[in-house]
Amino acid sequence: MNATNRTVVVTGVGATTPLGGDSATTWEGMVAGRSGVGVLTEEWAQELPVKIAARVAVEPLERLPKPVARKLDRSAQFALLATREAWADAGFTARAGDDAAADPTRVGAVVASGIGGVTTLLDQYDVLKEKGARRVSPHTVPMLMPNSPAANVGLEINAQAGAHAPVSACASGAEAVGYAVEMIRTGRADVVVAGGTEAAIHPLPIAAFANMMALSKNNDDPQGASRPYDKGRDGFVLGEGAGVVVLESAEHAARRGARVYCEILGQGLSGDAHHIAQPEPTGRGIATALQNLLDSSDLKPEQVVHLNAHATSTPQGDVAEVKALRRVLGEELDHVAISATKSMTGHLLGGAGGIETVATVLALHHRLAPPTINLDELDPEVDADVVRGEARVLPSGTIAAINNSFGFGGHNVVLAMRTV
Amino acid sequence: MAVSREEILEGLAEIVNEIAGIPNDEVTEEKSFTDDLDVDSLSMVEVVVAAEERFGVKIPDDDVKGLKTVGDAVGYITDHQS
Repeated sequence: MNATNRTVVVTGVGATTPLGGDSATTWEGMVAGRSGVGVLTEEWAQELPVKIAARVAVEPLERLPKPVARKLDRSAQFALLATREAWADAGFTARAGDDAAADPTRVGAVVASGIGGVTTLLDQYDVLKEKGARRVSPHTVPMLMPNSPAANVGLEINAQAGAHAPVSACASGAEAVGYAVEMIRTGRADVVVAGGTEAAIHPLPIAAFANMMALSKNNDDPQGASRPYDKGRDGFVLGEGAGVVVLESAEHAARRGARVYCEILGQGLSGDAHHIAQPEPTGRGIATALQNLLDSSDLKPEQVVHLNAHATSTPQGDVAEVKALRRVLGEELDHVAISATKSMTGHLLGGAGGIETVATVLALHHRLAPPTINLDELDPEVDADVVRGEARVLPSGTIAAINNSFGFGGHNVVLAMRTV
Repeated sequence: MAVSREEILEGLAEIVNEIAGIPNDEVTEEKSFTDDLDVDSLSMVEVVVAAEERFGVKIPDDDVKGLKTVGDAVGYITDHQS
């Protein structure tokens, strides 16, 4: 088998999300249909039109020593915790090199964030204004740079094949996973930690997203605010957290006897070239990305039984996505159980593709599609089988799933996985 | 009023503990900031700024390079107290 055609498998998962401090509790929360959204009690939130968000369930400071945490932006803290879980879940007992099963020169880290260390930037600007230049932290730049989570994960696992941070707004996490797949396919690496993280619950991003009319203003019903596909949806709920997977060449995983969750078949990419923030209403770009995935991978439409939708709970985006799926998959869409897990986690921006990759991997592994909560009245324009109420059991045999992520700027990333 | 060497050492120990998490009683004069106390060049700037504030001294960037050990810092602050 040549180096550009290597099979890539998932051998580890890790997450810290509004539903739980690790991937297992996050998954339990999703299957149970639990909402991670709550009211923001901070004083600053009282001045904002949006007073709800999905905070992580477990504060990172409960698990990271203060001297470590104070040098990391919150987004990097999440990434580090998710990585530790995924790395151990993949069976590694120490960083690459110290664990002889991983050669550091063959290990990579691709961890993305949509907007990077925005809270560090804004907090340190406050320090500059209030206390003067001398008091600005010398850690500011390495904390706020958007590649900081990738670099810190690389330090953690000793990733010497490369550390990368593709940035494409809310598609960033998925783009990171796709980039990591290519690193392994092309022979640059054997093992790559990949995913996304975000920590942007701060008055400035909330005010800015709210002024774009992107956020739900359902302050009176936080847990009901994120309602993808429901007729009453009025925008997304900002979430925070991280999700990463350990990707590995199938040969490498087999050689060390690793447990394999599933195979990653590939990615389909496209750009809308339509509008800087509006989704293209017919789903043209999304359809192109999905078609590119089908053309370039071994994904068979008849095997697709589950899809983790981008579906953020915005009026336009949710419909455009379904239109694109119907156009490309035709009747094959009828046997696809669609889950919009943002109904529970909120929208983690650059972290979304990360935790939704984890969710899709676990859906195949457990053969269970999580429900979409708050879906009381299905938008008649949504011509697809959305899982609601209870989680749904997926069929036996070889099954495949798709994970969609789209970002402001018209970035479209479609990933596909299959059971092995 | 000048602060004693013991008080300066105690203050530096609290600062190093806050920044690097090293127990206060391990911060002794012969210890190297970088080699023994997990204070890298960036964190050293934090130590310096905190010490400036606490002891009312100015430590110019060029002088920071000379502060290899805790004892160097104690001596510098002792000599430059106003």
